Amino acid sequence: MPSRSIEAAPVVSLAHVAFAYGSRSILDDLNLSVSAGESVALVGRSGAGKSTTLKLINRLLLPDTGIVSVEGRDTREWNPIALRRRTGYVLQEIGLFPHLTIEDNVAIVARLEGWPEPRRRARAHELLELVGLAPSEFARRWPRELSGGQRQRVGVARALAVDPPLLLMDEPFGALDADTRQELRGEFQRIRRHLHQTVIFVTHDMEEAFALGDRVGVLEDGRLAFADSSCHS
Amino acid sequence: MVERHLFLVLWSTLVAVAIGLPAGIVAAHRPRVGRPVLAVASIAQTIPSLALLGFLLPLPFIGGVGPRIAIVALILYALLPIVRSTAAGLKSIDPAVIDAGVAMGMTPRQLLWLVELPLALPSIVAGVRIATIVGIGTATIAAAVGAGGLGEYIFRGLSMVDSTVILAGAIPAAALALLADAVLTWTERRLSPAHARASRTGPVALAAAIVLFLAVTVGSASPARDAIVVGSKNFTEQVVLGELLAQTLEHRGLHVTRRLNLGGSFICDRAIRSGDIDTYVEYTGTALAAILKQPIVKDPDTAFAQVRDAYGRAGLSVLPSLGFNNTFAILVRGADADALGLKTIDDLRRVATEWRPGFGYEFAERTDGYAGLASAYGLRFSAPPRVMELNLVYRALSAHQVDVIAGDATSGLIKSLDLAVLQDNRAYFPPYYAVPVVRSAVLLAHPEVRDALAQLAGRISEGDMRALNAAVDVEHRDVAAAVHDFLQRLE
Repeated sequence: MPSRSIEAAPVVSLAHVAFAYGSRSILDDLNLSVSAGESVALVGRSGAGKSTTLKLINRLLLPDTGIVSVEGRDTREWNPIALRRRTGYVLQEIGLFPHLTIEDNVAIVARLEGWPEPRRRARAHELLELVGLAPSEFARRWPRELSGGQRQRVGVARALAVDPPLLLMDEPFGALDADTRQELRGEFQRIRRHLHQTVIFVTHDMEEAFALGDRVGVLEDGRLAFADSSCHS
Repeated sequence: MVERHLFLVLWSTLVAVAIGLPAGIVAAHRPRVGRPVLAVASIAQTIPSLALLGFLLPLPFIGGVGPRIAIVALILYALLPIVRSTAAGLKSIDPAVIDAGVAMGMTPRQLLWLVELPLALPSIVAGVRIATIVGIGTATIAAAVGAGGLGEYIFRGLSMVDSTVILAGAIPAAALALLADAVLTWTERRLSPAHARASRTGPVALAAAIVLFLAVTVGSASPARDAIVVGSKNFTEQVVLGELLAQTLEHRGLHVTRRLNLGGSFICDRAIRSGDIDTYVEYTGTALAAILKQPIVKDPDTAFAQVRDAYGRAGLSVLPSLGFNNTFAILVRGADADALGLKTIDDLRRVATEWRPGFGYEFAERTDGYAGLASAYGLRFSAPPRVMELNLVYRALSAHQVDVIAGDATSGLIKSLDLAVLQDNRAYFPPYYAVPVVRSAVLLAHPEVRDALAQLAGRISEGDMRALNAAVDVEHRDVAAAVHDFLQRLE
């Protein structure tokens, strides 16, 4: 199935990418091109290589063969630290820093980038507001004091801290109950309308994929095939 | 004593943290490199503390008597808990948190400082807590190599057979350990994520206090320069004699540093040969047989001349005898001596087959000790000798745990425990006249040392020595005061 035509130069492109963990082949001749502002959902069985694909994009992994490029540049040529700082990443396990307050968690990338304290704090509060957590109530609290849904909102806010042009989300709502998923899904659509980031996200939930993705790619046997969202009833 | 004890423990723990923390990080991040590090630390931990000191003693730079060697030994003991808890703390961090840090674009260094170390901190502090508590206990052994600390009370108490004095060292050591445990447990709690809201000023203030203490004590621990260092072995008579030399030298206006209670003959000999101490009192028989490994000489003057010549070649001057002969004394309970009519060691043969002897480590090992005695008198005992701390044998005899012991002829306990000396009728024991040994270089630099010590020659009889020992061991008088009174009477 051909992917739909792309007007601008792609923000992310994977061309003939293969990747194996030892002798276990995960990806085999994977092709993907994502243009600016697009939201792409990747679905597939567990072990199909969804997370691996995300990790190839922010250079947590390098491909065995083929080329992964971000903003037209091969990830091999990117400084991994610089690339990761301009790529927001939301982990399935969230991975909030338990020893930092909510606002410090959100501001961590800004801190790494050397933003001054007041600017960091202002940005953290702005983002908490955006993800629906009142800063007056949540900024000084600790990750363990929050519910799963609240933590995931913090995870999203943290990924957005320095306004990265690209956002990668690995099963962002995977660990949550159905009601919270539904709620966050709506919330996420609202945030996206607000920010216009390019988003690539992984999910095992078809409904979620079609609700949030402009396109839905299915990973199977190491390759990616695109489903037409209009086919989905 | 408590300050010195803390000084030893804090310095060794601090250095162990400085080494153990990076080692623990390496062990966690690179298990292949880390495994041998942990193995070495584990092996160090299993060496008994006295044996470890024995191994370290002859080494260059770190060996020799004094606090340095004790600190090195304590560092080796502290390493394992610190390395292990650091590695464990790092490995127990939720991998998702590490993944998040990497994905956020942290450099390995930022990941370590911003995420890994803060999260491993409670575990690291727990390791430091264990190392400190172990250190406080182990540091009592430091007194065996003249490093001071609360162990001095324990060793002195053992030699006085006085549990009060032992407790004077043991109770503060236990109290220190409990205090350290409480303070560090509190620190650990404050630092754990569960209490992250709590202010961290407490632990910071604690660290500042420790640094301040070390800054203050490091000055006081270094001995005064150009002082004559007086050493002694680790039993009462030797401490008394060390104090006697020290006061005599001080009377002459010389500066003296006391390094009393160092250890056995071998440790004192090593200390004076390496220049760690300048003078101590040796016994001619011990010098000849145990140190010079020469055949036993029965004539006191020949023995003295041989020792003086051999020591002279090694740069050590042997001064004329203080006057008394502290030969070995074979002792039995006074009641047994009366009931069985025991007067000489020959008489012992009648009862030996039913008796059990008890000896100190040196007597049990030395050629002029048990083996020679048994063959000279043809003694056969019912059981092999029980070997224990020299200071405990008197008490063991009195408590009927053994029936005959080898003690010092000048021991103050002979009278107080109602023991009887069996006469050495075959003149088996060589003469053990007490002679001050001084480094010849010191005599050249300070001729007044020779003059001062010459005043003591021939002035102390066996009776005097027994009285001095009894004053300390039985009457529990302060060593310095007893020696002071004695010197006043001498003048």
